[in-house]
Amino acid sequence: MWGSNARSAHPIFFHHILKGIHNGARMYCVDPRRSDSAQWADVWLGIDVGTDIALANAVAKVIVDEGLHRLDFIEKSTTGFDDFVESIQSYTLEYAEQTTGVPGDVIREMAIAYATAESAQICWTLGITEHHNATDNVLALINLSLLTGHVGRYGSGLVPVRGQNNVQGGGDMGALPNKLPGFQDVEDHEARGKFEAQWGHPIPAKAGNHLTLMFEAMEHGDMKALYVIGENPAQSEADVGKARRIMRGLDFLVVQDIFLTRTAEMADVVFPAAADWCEADGTVTSSERRVQRVRKALEPPGDAKTDVEIVSMLAAELGYSWGLPKAEELWDELRSLSPMHAGMSYQRLEDLGGLQWPCYDEEHPGELFLHGRLWEDPPRGRLAPFSPIVHAPPVDQLSDEFPYRMTTGRHLDSYNTGVQSGGYDSPLRAGGTIDVSPEDAASLEIAEGELVTVSSRRGSLEAPLRIDEALRPGLVFMTLHFPDEADVNQLTIEAWDPQSGTAEFKATAVRLEKAAL
Amino acid sequence: MDLKFHDVEPTPAERTAVDDAVGAPDSTWEGAEERSADDLRIARGGHAARAQRHLLLPALAAVQSEIGWISPGALDYICRRLQVPPADAYGVATFYALLSVEERPGCVAHVCDDIACRDSGGTAILEAFADRDDVVPSPCLGQCDRAPAAFIQRAGSPDLTLAPTAVSEITAALEGAVPEAELPNPTPQSDRSGMRVLERVGVVDPSSLEAFQASGGFSALEKSVEMGAAAVIAEVKASNLRGRGGAAFPTGVKWEGAAREDGPRYLICNADESEPGTFKDRVLMEGDPFGLIESMVIAGLAIGAEHGYIYVRGEYPVATSRLRSAIDQCEAAGWLGNDVNGTGRRFSVEIRRGQGAYICGEETALFNSIEGYRGEPRQKPPFPTQSGLFGKPTVVNNVETLLNIPGIVLGGGEAFAEIGTKDSTGTRLFCLSGSVAVPGVYEVPFGTTLRALLDMAGGAISDIKAILLGGAAGSFVGPDALDLALTFEDTRSAGVSLGSGVVMVFNETTSFVGTTRRIAEFFRDESCGQCVPCRVGTVRQEELLARHLNGADLDRSLLDDIAAVMADASICGLGHTAATAVRSAVDLGLLEAT
Amino acid sequence: MSDVTITVDGRSVAVSDDATILDACRDLGQDQPTLCYLENLTPVNACRVCVVEVEGSRTLVPSCSRSAEEGMVVKTDSPRVRLSRKMVLEFLASSVDLSQSTEEVHSWLDQYEVDVARYGPQVTGAAPRDGRHAGHHAIPTGLTAETVDQPVKVDNELYIRDYAKCILCYKCVEACGEDAQNTFAIAVAGRGFDARISTEFDVALPGSACVYCGNCIGVCPTGALQFRSEYELRQEGLWEEDEQTVTRTVCSYCGVGCNLELHVQDNRIVKVTSPMDHSVTNGHLCIKGRFGYDYVQELGDDLASTPIDIVLKRARSG
Repeated sequence: MWGSNARSAHPIFFHHILKGIHNGARMYCVDPRRSDSAQWADVWLGIDVGTDIALANAVAKVIVDEGLHRLDFIEKSTTGFDDFVESIQSYTLEYAEQTTGVPGDVIREMAIAYATAESAQICWTLGITEHHNATDNVLALINLSLLTGHVGRYGSGLVPVRGQNNVQGGGDMGALPNKLPGFQDVEDHEARGKFEAQWGHPIPAKAGNHLTLMFEAMEHGDMKALYVIGENPAQSEADVGKARRIMRGLDFLVVQDIFLTRTAEMADVVFPAAADWCEADGTVTSSERRVQRVRKALEPPGDAKTDVEIVSMLAAELGYSWGLPKAEELWDELRSLSPMHAGMSYQRLEDLGGLQWPCYDEEHPGELFLHGRLWEDPPRGRLAPFSPIVHAPPVDQLSDEFPYRMTTGRHLDSYNTGVQSGGYDSPLRAGGTIDVSPEDAASLEIAEGELVTVSSRRGSLEAPLRIDEALRPGLVFMTLHFPDEADVNQLTIEAWDPQSGTAEFKATAVRLEKAAL
Repeated sequence: MDLKFHDVEPTPAERTAVDDAVGAPDSTWEGAEERSADDLRIARGGHAARAQRHLLLPALAAVQSEIGWISPGALDYICRRLQVPPADAYGVATFYALLSVEERPGCVAHVCDDIACRDSGGTAILEAFADRDDVVPSPCLGQCDRAPAAFIQRAGSPDLTLAPTAVSEITAALEGAVPEAELPNPTPQSDRSGMRVLERVGVVDPSSLEAFQASGGFSALEKSVEMGAAAVIAEVKASNLRGRGGAAFPTGVKWEGAAREDGPRYLICNADESEPGTFKDRVLMEGDPFGLIESMVIAGLAIGAEHGYIYVRGEYPVATSRLRSAIDQCEAAGWLGNDVNGTGRRFSVEIRRGQGAYICGEETALFNSIEGYRGEPRQKPPFPTQSGLFGKPTVVNNVETLLNIPGIVLGGGEAFAEIGTKDSTGTRLFCLSGSVAVPGVYEVPFGTTLRALLDMAGGAISDIKAILLGGAAGSFVGPDALDLALTFEDTRSAGVSLGSGVVMVFNETTSFVGTTRRIAEFFRDESCGQCVPCRVGTVRQEELLARHLNGADLDRSLLDDIAAVMADASICGLGHTAATAVRSAVDLGLLEAT
Repeated sequence: MSDVTITVDGRSVAVSDDATILDACRDLGQDQPTLCYLENLTPVNACRVCVVEVEGSRTLVPSCSRSAEEGMVVKTDSPRVRLSRKMVLEFLASSVDLSQSTEEVHSWLDQYEVDVARYGPQVTGAAPRDGRHAGHHAIPTGLTAETVDQPVKVDNELYIRDYAKCILCYKCVEACGEDAQNTFAIAVAGRGFDARISTEFDVALPGSACVYCGNCIGVCPTGALQFRSEYELRQEGLWEEDEQTVTRTVCSYCGVGCNLELHVQDNRIVKVTSPMDHSVTNGHLCIKGRFGYDYVQELGDDLASTPIDIVLKRARSG
């Protein structure tokens, strides 16, 4: 587990991990905090925030130095090994210990355990990806799996766990600036042509902007209207004050949501939507690429309409008569255009409790894991490339003025900005606290429950202090669940990863002071 | 594990008690007070941390013993140390009668009012202390030959057994007085010629390894090493030695079964002698602790175990301290440890103390108790020789069974089989108590009649009304059974059982309604509560007797139904036998006579 | 996996060698009564209502956990079996409130001719049972039959615990423990008839390790554990199981893909369960999936007009 507190953020996924642990699996957990997940680990490695690449490269160097890398797999199925080995030479255990804070002998222990395990997985979530160098972080972990052959085999693999019930499905359906449904490239003439023929309309031939670039375009006045569906950027963006300023500058803002969110409050037009998981029919795709049915159990309130109804009515206003297609009809059209979904009829999804893509025809059982092709002889398709990666510290650097490293995460009972989870009364709800180590609480002379002013280079807020022994001196923690109480994204930095567009929510430099009464 | 603890600190004394029992903590994650630099960067909370659970009962017992009760702070600290969920630890603590999770007086007297003691002054003592919260009734304390008995738990000091005792002595003990150590004759049997198991008891100094060796101690072990494991098992099989704990399973077959399975294997000496009326194992442990250790080493090497446990009753402080001293001496002399007497073989012995739960004498409940779980029996199969302690092949033998082993090794299995009868070989210890002239432990060859046995003890004090054979889990027989030959086969055909060797004699002064109700109470108190037949059946049985005592006709058909479901559908032997004594009392008309 | 053949009530059946006697009975269409058994939990074989007679075995054996062995001859309806089942059910019915147990349980009470009257009048209105000490009990008078009657524990917004209805089947402990949630907030405490489900020192759930996943409630067969919504609706006589629809969908929170069964009455979600046979959840959920649905049925003052809304709103406010 690397940068993931699945025990709290993905509790039922963690049930499966626990089954493995009870069957004898060992777990190493890399996390700045000794999180609930880390408490189950055979060894917890408490690294400094944003030093994952230094750790991963040092692990790689141990594996290579000890001769534990899997040369047959590397030679047959990968490229760039020699360059990679050269790139990690400076990542000695001494360097890693100094950079990450984790004792070198423990790094070595984890490296050997990972390399010598019969099967091993690396699971991660936002602790890896909410950094300015998110893609590099992921590539550094991929390097480890390629070194050891822990990929493309039953029981081994790379497991990024998805944070939302259909973030995978959104991508599957082409809700990406450069993709059509089924991950077909929008700039691929043949693929695009297939959709144009089906839809009877040309599709722009160029990849669009991702969220972060869209904000840049809005800031520069290149983008003047925005249609937001089921997203709350007025609270979820890093450096949220700036994001709100930019959105206020739009000519026209449409929001389609089941809530009147902060973003919706800013909109010119709001389309009240039905909740897709219980007031409409359709499918979602989970973290394990499993497509499953959602079904209507409730009548939506008031004038709220399903997303299909809203889009169809909007199309009608724009002069296109789509009628009111049923969810299954839309799905069948998708199956006719996206080969990886072709075998997933509603009937099969019903009978089998979902199917994992790719599923090319109605006889296909779906795929339990990907990249098995790398083990074929010879490997099918493109060989897997090693990626030489260089450690780069968080952008928001610590200083005398901002000496504490703040990181963010989720609580078990709450979710994202709290618009959904805020609706029920949870006996566990801790509220928007600033969590600090017992040592820091003592040296700041602030007691539990007292208000603290937390300031970053971008903003400041007040939150009650909570003492958490999972933290060490210098490391503080907040959740993003309570923006109305403690608007944590006033503090975070919008420095973002150029490849994924994700901002560095996980590493903010802050100052703590007892709030004035 | 992501355990949730409470913000209750242990007192320094509680911390010390726990650390003395399980070792000092390695990190703040396990309860150390100061966070070290390493604690901020690494923590080991996985399989190794969870593998300490077996220390839970010793830790709880240590706090009980030192502090007098287990406070929330102490429980919290134990749970941090051993990575046990607090609710689980509480569930374990509240399972045992000797542990308290509520603050109570530092000294508490457990006064026996069980079947042997109740009419010998036990009930009267309890009545005298009726208004005190530091005197509570107790099930049988295994001192039936010196009734009435009391067991004193003393916070911060060693526990005491008082037997025979009186109100004044208990009052003094609760105020801190320690009576002069005085052990009566451990066996009153004058003719020692046929003794095999009791041979050293009362003759050889139980505190001295030298004395033990001078009396031939460890010669059987040396011979068994020369013979080799397979030959030892063959001799034990040839001896037809059967278990003395009650179930009478052939010991050699058990050993062979475990030796056949893949290791690691464990040996457990079941010394949780708690069957009302039974005290022979206490006498053996107090009188020949080295003999028991020798027997265990022979057994351990024969089955290929490297570690053995003696699970000894918590109410046996003298036996425990003598065993502990014997183990220390044997370790120092190389009879136990990584190289047993230069053989290159490894065998160690560890004492685990029970904390007041009759059910833990059931072998699978005993496993759970050692592992740090509630002492609830497991469903069999799988049998212990395949999957026992920690899920590994395990041999469980009773103290008396094990002490037969050296004689078999030295004299051969066939010679042993010559003693007694064909199906009941060797000698047997019987615990005589109640209305006999000289109560105590007697060793006789199998096949001796009940009458001859009673004669050895000077006969009954007055006309025998009934004899309880086999303890609370056994049966009453009438005076017409005096010519019964005491063998497994004769008792079985008579529909009774030798059980743990209890022979308790009652005359016309006995209140059988009271005695029978006490047996029903005993099973209701000692049922672990896991399975419905026993958990509720023991309550309904006691209520039925209470109704009868209040004048109602005895509802025989309901009693039979309750007895049937307990015997047929309970998980373990406790439930299976919880109604036999009561039913036999009814059958003999003992309840009507009073 | 090889097959073994056993005989059940004179009928022969071949099952895989990891099957239990219960599996074999079910293959023959002869389901046996069970209380502590559930497909997604490790058998504890504590209730003993599923016992059967196996030729050559001295005592009856629990069919839920005993492996089928080649040549076994099993009887599920012999006089011994019938008597033991009757007694187990009688023991429970005379000591526990089974009024909200499943319909199946009530059909077994009839089938086995359970007669609780022969134990005498049941003790009701009893005090809490949590402080009882192992090895000691109040000596019965024989005038009444002891029960587990005790006050309902209502200490949070999401659950209630009505242990007067608890048959001590261990399912909740297993679901809270290693079989699913691994939180270990509850355990069996005490001994014998006084054994009970408890947190450490009987602390209220909000002070315990409980994380409100509701997996204990999901497995409770007697209504001893209930969602606050169901409990309050039952108290008001508004719980109408026959009028409810149950719709399977996918949880709206994280990306794991847990399947939910929404129990809906009057267009209101009144309970959330999860299918036991789904490989993602195996019947188990987290607090968000179990309870985090209120946002689709905001019960503001203006909306909380129907009786059911008023009760749900009150339940929520604790």
